[in-house]
Amino acid sequence: MGRTLAEKVWDEHVVRSTPGEPDLLYIDLHLIHEVTSPQAFDGLRLAGRTVRRPDLTLATEDHNVPTLDWDKPIADPVSKTQVDTLRRNAAEFGVRLHPLGDVEQGIVHVVGPQLGLTQPGMTIVCGDSHTSTHGAFGAIAFGIGTSEVEHVLATQTLPQAKPRTMAVTVEGSLPDGVTAKDLVLTLIAHTGTGGGQGYIVEYRGQAIEELSMEGRMTVCNMSIEWGAKAGLIAPDQTTFDYIEGRPEAPKGADWDAAVAHWKTLVTDADATFEKEIVLDASTMTPFVTWGTNPGQGVPLGGSVPFPEQYDDPSDRVAAEKACEYMALEAGTPMREIKVDTVFIGSCTNGRIEDLRAAAEIIRGRQVDKDTRLLVVPGSVRVRLQAQDEGLDVIFKEAGGEWRGAGCSMCLGMNPDTLQPGERSASTSNRNFEGRQGKGGRTHLVSVPVAAATAIRGTLSSPADLEPVGSN
Amino acid sequence: MDRFTTHTGVGIPLRRSNVDTDQIIPAVYLKRVTRTGFEDGLFAAWRNDPTFVLNNEGYAGASVLVAGPDFGTGSSREHAVWALQNYGFKVVISPRFADIFRGNSGKAGLLAAQVDEKVVQRLWDLLDEHPGTTVTVDLESRTIRAGEGVDAVEDSFDIDDYTRWRLLEGLDDIGITLGHADAITSFEATRPAWKPATIHAH
Repeated sequence: MGRTLAEKVWDEHVVRSTPGEPDLLYIDLHLIHEVTSPQAFDGLRLAGRTVRRPDLTLATEDHNVPTLDWDKPIADPVSKTQVDTLRRNAAEFGVRLHPLGDVEQGIVHVVGPQLGLTQPGMTIVCGDSHTSTHGAFGAIAFGIGTSEVEHVLATQTLPQAKPRTMAVTVEGSLPDGVTAKDLVLTLIAHTGTGGGQGYIVEYRGQAIEELSMEGRMTVCNMSIEWGAKAGLIAPDQTTFDYIEGRPEAPKGADWDAAVAHWKTLVTDADATFEKEIVLDASTMTPFVTWGTNPGQGVPLGGSVPFPEQYDDPSDRVAAEKACEYMALEAGTPMREIKVDTVFIGSCTNGRIEDLRAAAEIIRGRQVDKDTRLLVVPGSVRVRLQAQDEGLDVIFKEAGGEWRGAGCSMCLGMNPDTLQPGERSASTSNRNFEGRQGKGGRTHLVSVPVAAATAIRGTLSSPADLEPVGSN
Repeated sequence: MDRFTTHTGVGIPLRRSNVDTDQIIPAVYLKRVTRTGFEDGLFAAWRNDPTFVLNNEGYAGASVLVAGPDFGTGSSREHAVWALQNYGFKVVISPRFADIFRGNSGKAGLLAAQVDEKVVQRLWDLLDEHPGTTVTVDLESRTIRAGEGVDAVEDSFDIDDYTRWRLLEGLDDIGITLGHADAITSFEATRPAWKPATIHAH
């Protein structure tokens, strides 16, 4: 019987398989950052162990670093200790590190693909749940905890029980102005935050095939938000074109051999999935969250739901608590919600294509006077590319802030945070209570919705904007 | 890691679903480079609320957390497990755990016991009614017991065989894997030359 893409990649990495035990999987690439690695390196030292494959390991600084004054010492002493610890560990164990100030520094999930290190058919792990991003290339990529980081450092393997397989088939084409972000937010509202639990998910169908690599990364990035172990997309010409010529991509005869192999990485026609979800892209619209988990979303044209609408009592209680935290009244049209801060960035939507889309909408317009716009490139390379294209000027002339690369306001552990009670429209991935800063209120949105919201000051789509120069 | 066979401790009802790891410990508390001291960040935002269950003296010294479904969603931070352990928790009971949290628990020695949603509801009712009630969690027999008489709750819980065995034996995963170093070396010899590397010999 045929195999799915995920099964093929999995099988190619099994070092050892014994009944009653998890498979021992070989890891092709281990990405590291400052927050989830210090205790792992400590564990190695205590046990007198080494890093087995520094040449399959890459570190970058992203989570706690500031996006202003990155050329100066980090002001927060605790953050500085954590970053210094990473630098010491990388030097001691021979791990390649792209520190703050380096041209390759950035969010780990932006850096891997842009270097060409992320390739089809690989196994990729990182002590970060959004490692699922790399699945866009047809890799099995998932987040791990610090104990597992230590395990991979010491052995370049991980014991893993084989997940079940699921297909998410998205038929038809996305309408104009509807993005990969809207697609994945629609999916999560459909499944809930636990719907993917225990599965490796393959995204397929016409709408997925039509996405750019950036869009595919956005979709795979949010796999974890509906609980999936990993999400992946079969590699195709779009994938190969993205990788070719990147610094760490195979060259010459190696390229031909690699592509020949990558072309086999598709789900066989007679393979079966244990579960399948089918969605129709043509009916999708801009989608935003109203609550405090990524599954609590509605179309931008909709309203904050009434808790009584939910049949399940625990959903009802969750909706009540979410409305209370978000200071929203049930029935409020989403478009009437006023936003204090717009954040464009993160491993979900901080790539060059995202900044181009935002600039396209913001060009020639002004950010609403009561709204702050923060634009944070996912990596230094993205920042430089954007500056080459003049995008930074567009953001700054509109009244927005143009920052250095990092996780920034996605997670509230660096200087970029919301104040208590402040409300954001954010292109990031999580709207949990306090995620962007204690007491902060987050609406997850696509890049076009974020850009239009910055101009109008209320949740908006580009279609709501007056034509440029009309006033 | 210490062996885990059975644990009896005060149970505490956390009547919430979708308790994500940003709630268990907000990111701002993740800056330590040690595995200890994270108890200060445990449920940090909620602990400001005097009515939050962790602030209820009736549950002082609780070591068994009983939570709603989808516990531990979101970030992969193992600090969430450490924060629970540093605070004194030995067991979390929930109808459904997020994968990464459950994996991290198994590695760090916190028992994540999965039970039917009805069992959580009964435990919640029991613990609300009788604060200070102890819950016994027996990993050997995979059972949970609490209370006496008509309110008593006794049921089984789910945990995968391999994690159960590792917890019972208190085994170090890395040590087990390094026992298969030859298999890893043999596997490495079969990897295609075009696979990417981060460091290149010049």
